[in-house]
Amino acid sequence: MDKVLSNKKIIALYVLPSLLLILAIVYIPIVLTAYYGLNEWNGIGAMTFVGLDNYLALFKDETFWNSAWHSLLLAVFSGMSLLLYLIVAMVLAARIKGAQLFRKIYLIPMLLSSVAIAQLWLKIYHPTNGVLNSILESLGFANPPAWLAESSLVLFALFIPILWQYAGFYILIYYAALKNIPASLEEAARIDGANALQIAWKIKLPLVMEVIKVTIVLAVVGSLKYFDLIFVMTDGGPNGASEVMASYMYHEAFRAYDFGYGSAIGFFLLVICLAVTWVIRKLTASKDTIQYS
Amino acid sequence: MFKKKGLMLLLAFCLVLVAAGCGTNSNESSSGSKETAGESGEQVTINFMHLWPEGVSAGQNKIVNQIIKAYQDEHTNVTIKQEVLDNEQYKNKLKVLSASNKLPDVGVTWAAGFLQPYVEGKLFTPVDDLLSGELNGKFVSGTTEAYAIDGKTYALPLEFNIAPVYYNKSLFEKYKLEIPQTYEELKAIAKTLSENGIAPIALGNKDRWTGSLWYMYLADRIAGQQTLSGAINGEGAFTDEGLLQAATEVQTLVDSNAFVKGFNGLSNEEAKSEFLNGKAAMYMMGTWELPNFTTNEDIPKEFRDSVGFFKFPKVEGGKGDINSWVGGPGVGLFVSENSAVKAEAKAFVEYFVTQWGEQAVTGAGVIPATKVDTSSMELPQLYIDLFNEMNQASSITLFADVQMQASAAETHLNMIQALFGKAVTPEKFSEEHDKAISEGK
Repeated sequence: MDKVLSNKKIIALYVLPSLLLILAIVYIPIVLTAYYGLNEWNGIGAMTFVGLDNYLALFKDETFWNSAWHSLLLAVFSGMSLLLYLIVAMVLAARIKGAQLFRKIYLIPMLLSSVAIAQLWLKIYHPTNGVLNSILESLGFANPPAWLAESSLVLFALFIPILWQYAGFYILIYYAALKNIPASLEEAARIDGANALQIAWKIKLPLVMEVIKVTIVLAVVGSLKYFDLIFVMTDGGPNGASEVMASYMYHEAFRAYDFGYGSAIGFFLLVICLAVTWVIRKLTASKDTIQYS
Repeated sequence: MFKKKGLMLLLAFCLVLVAAGCGTNSNESSSGSKETAGESGEQVTINFMHLWPEGVSAGQNKIVNQIIKAYQDEHTNVTIKQEVLDNEQYKNKLKVLSASNKLPDVGVTWAAGFLQPYVEGKLFTPVDDLLSGELNGKFVSGTTEAYAIDGKTYALPLEFNIAPVYYNKSLFEKYKLEIPQTYEELKAIAKTLSENGIAPIALGNKDRWTGSLWYMYLADRIAGQQTLSGAINGEGAFTDEGLLQAATEVQTLVDSNAFVKGFNGLSNEEAKSEFLNGKAAMYMMGTWELPNFTTNEDIPKEFRDSVGFFKFPKVEGGKGDINSWVGGPGVGLFVSENSAVKAEAKAFVEYFVTQWGEQAVTGAGVIPATKVDTSSMELPQLYIDLFNEMNQASSITLFADVQMQASAAETHLNMIQALFGKAVTPEKFSEEHDKAISEGK
């Protein structure tokens, strides 16, 4: 066994299939997308090479910047909601009654398909028959808003199901990380007279810091390229008020038949995601990880 | 030692699987083309991609299967292989297949603007020879023209639709309302209904083309059919006074709460259910909805019996004619230019279109693009009335988003939603249209 795994040729043989796969389905398409972005192409006929025109047009495209702003807002909201998830996970990880049950309840939205979630929330937000507006009306609000039809509200109305959808995922990650902390540390701290808040702040938080950093990257990058719920629930509307970068890319490429421009948006989105990941890594880098043992 | 062997075996197995995977694929496609290369008498496979899945379009799906079965029985050497997709998926797949030049032999397409890139990319073959054959003179006039580019026809239409305003007779009776003859009366009806807590008009403008219908009719009635089509095909301008007024009227309707609440966030399906539930009194939609108001057993008979329709009323002082309709052909069938079995595929299309005509009327309740003698058939009255209206139409303006090229159509639809949402002024609405159409892509 050891001999097999130390033989470089064998290692190469093992790695090669997946390397080829990744190359074929990830890296080559990225290069191709960048290249399509340099062309004017309706996706069917011949391509015309236009150089950087599409990329330059992006900078002047108001709709693109609006959608980028919406994506950024979503990223900020997702990032902030991580704190909430962490608190929930800490409560669950402490030995409270029914923690098992709650953990499952929080995870359920993660298990549903996005389209099912979208349909569910469409029913909730329905302007006349929706649960939300029915409750508001019975509470005495005479004319509750049509949540998904108001330009000023639609984005935030969408953020709630999106954050709800991913809550379980992050709570589970935090929960697992918190459970990994040896109980002896907490007990020792308690004997030394630390209260729950101090234990959370001084012991638990530092120990799950690495996990938190990973989730920040996941949440922010995931938000920047977010697509499905918005696509099903509003399709970027009304008049672009909930358009995000990924949905704008889809609309340009598949609805307006402008694959070149769509590809340019896609490539730009990748660049933004990479840049953001790099920035987050830089900001959260610490020289040595804290370990209590 | 055993472990090592086991690992190597596993690896070899995986590699074989991967290789086998590639192998079967390439085999399949090559054998497919071999079969289809055939001379007559040899086994022929025609790939047919369409968008009538059993779940969504049960009536049409049944007819398609019947026609295919009959055709295969008559032509024993022909196998027709179906691929069925949902509407939106279908459009996307068609584009992907086009990019890699792997279109099915026969497939479904839309008219005018949708067709154009495919024709420019030389992907569809002209079917003019079919028009002069057995099908000569069988099509309702104006239907095949929508599929023609530069004098050649690239697909044969299956359906033809116009868009009336359906209304709920029992709601109209309850509030003592009459079918509106003028636009002012329509506004008065909307006011009465809205004061009584009934949503006057069901509109799902998340889909955008739904709102486009309302704008098109107002434009047609105020500025006249010629002005509207002129503006759409770039000869005229949307900044025309009448068209500007139509856009203003849209916002007037919005201001008077004529449309169901939150219409810009509702899909057409959601809006339709408001109408089906009796919560909204009127609903403008294409004749493809007819089965829901006539034969669809899932909808209570009581409701179906209370659905009537009226023509979009005249606007006083407007140039439009009340018999002018907004509508157009639904989908049509194309034959792929690169098909290895072009002749067989064309023969199948000819057969399909002929058969579809009668069966679609009785089986699915849709209005076909071919002329059908309905006198011997027992059909719902609503259907017959609309059928007759269509024959008397003074003009039919093709749905704007179908008529325009893809990019301009996208601008049109976005602007419609903005206009209804009062995010743009009528002036800006018109300017954006002219800009998009003059860019011409």
